[in-house]
Amino acid sequence: MDSGDTAWILTSTALVLFMTLPGLALFYGGLVRSKNVLSVLMQCFAITCIATIVWVVVGYSMAFGDGGAANDWLGGFSRIFLSGLTRDSASGTIPETVFIMFQLTFAIITPALIIGGFAERMRFSAILLFSTIWLLVVYLPVCHWVWGGGWLGQMGLLDFAGGTVVHITAGVAAIVTAMVIGNRKGFPKTAMMPHNLTMTVTGAGMLWVGWFGFNAGSALAAGGDAGMAMLVTHISAATGAFTWMMIEWIRFGKPSALGVVTGMVAGLGTITPASGYVGPMAALVIGFAAGNICYFATMYIKNTLKIDDSLDVFPVHGVGGILGTLSAGIFVASNLGGSGLAEGVSMMDQFGVQVVGVLATGIWTAVATYAILKLVSKFVDLRVDEEAETEGLDLSSHEEKGYNI
Amino acid sequence: MKLIAAIIKPFKLDDVRNALSDIGINGLTVYEVKGFGRQKGHTELYRGAEYVVDYIPKMKMEIAVDDDQVDAVVDAIIESARTGKIGDGKIFVTPLENAIRVRTSESGASAL
Repeated sequence: MDSGDTAWILTSTALVLFMTLPGLALFYGGLVRSKNVLSVLMQCFAITCIATIVWVVVGYSMAFGDGGAANDWLGGFSRIFLSGLTRDSASGTIPETVFIMFQLTFAIITPALIIGGFAERMRFSAILLFSTIWLLVVYLPVCHWVWGGGWLGQMGLLDFAGGTVVHITAGVAAIVTAMVIGNRKGFPKTAMMPHNLTMTVTGAGMLWVGWFGFNAGSALAAGGDAGMAMLVTHISAATGAFTWMMIEWIRFGKPSALGVVTGMVAGLGTITPASGYVGPMAALVIGFAAGNICYFATMYIKNTLKIDDSLDVFPVHGVGGILGTLSAGIFVASNLGGSGLAEGVSMMDQFGVQVVGVLATGIWTAVATYAILKLVSKFVDLRVDEEAETEGLDLSSHEEKGYNI
Repeated sequence: MKLIAAIIKPFKLDDVRNALSDIGINGLTVYEVKGFGRQKGHTELYRGAEYVVDYIPKMKMEIAVDDDQVDAVVDAIIESARTGKIGDGKIFVTPLENAIRVRTSESGASAL
């Protein structure tokens, strides 16, 4: 074991949990109306608890265990309750305890990202049931396919820090859930303005910093790969944010705070799968592309399709994840400043693998998410009733108010 | 006595207050209010979702004055609150039956 590597992954783990609590919670909390702010914060916290328990009981085993004959598809159950783990167990050059914790923070943020799709209207009990089953059926298998020794990893899919595993799954699940449970009452006619953009910008800043742990930590070592991942992550975040801001400035005459932070998330989500493979020039291109494509995807889904993916999870994370995963297949090439394609693999081959990764992840997530929602709706209504929605989830679901001022 | 109610742009509040102090007005009450007139509302844009906000924030002030002060007060408000752009506000003048100072029970113009 290497103490430098261990120290960096311990730090990264803390950074990635910080992305969810309180980064994402604040980012999302500011975007909803004041009557729903606690519901969003609460969902982020509760999902953190549930994902942790699932992870210990069976999650780690299903994602990173040895699945034997079925290992292409699932990690199996040999490590349930973290059996066999000791203080001295190693995973590569770091303690296995640290690896388990690091990967757990990814399993936490992914279902937490989804809540943006169904914010302000989904029943709390349904959210908990859905998140639990979704982790078991979508997150853990996909994580195993890509990182746990499953079929996509064996094919050579490049996904450094979770373009497919985290962002495509979360984005697709969010929009499918939004469509199944329907738009918020009054969408898109009624104004549903963010109630506290200061909170959103604060959370966004935490996401930017936390993302260094997410991407540079995914090197699982404290070395050149981590350094390059941090550099390109930062470049893409800045470029994405700047691009989104400029588009708004040109189109609407005013650059907005919400625009600049949304572009930042787009830039970060998009560089994620590519962050360990590409160079700084590619990061500029990826950030610029993310700002543009995620921007127009957001406009299209909200204003043209009129789908109430309330906090724009799919256009920012889903589209960003797809774009980044495909970009990784191109910019990995050493003549484009990347870390280089594997021996005997052409750019076309690699790009083909990336397309397979995107499609497999997207389709499996869409189908499974739809089925899980149908299953959950047999036990509990997915949506709160109209009166509760109008009153706000803070009071109707939690009997509390975010603000007593 | 008259009660003068003026709706003005919020950023003009200090100017109006100073102008009224200069002509010897000793007290007024202000409220934060929302409304619309010919200016209509304004639009806000969040990630491309455009919302029309019907009501614009304004300040409303109420000043109780003796009849001979009305013109001076109205002129001072107009002078200090005017920008010349739409949305500068309105002034309403209504009769005021009585005024009573709580501390001393004085009533009428001497209570102002």
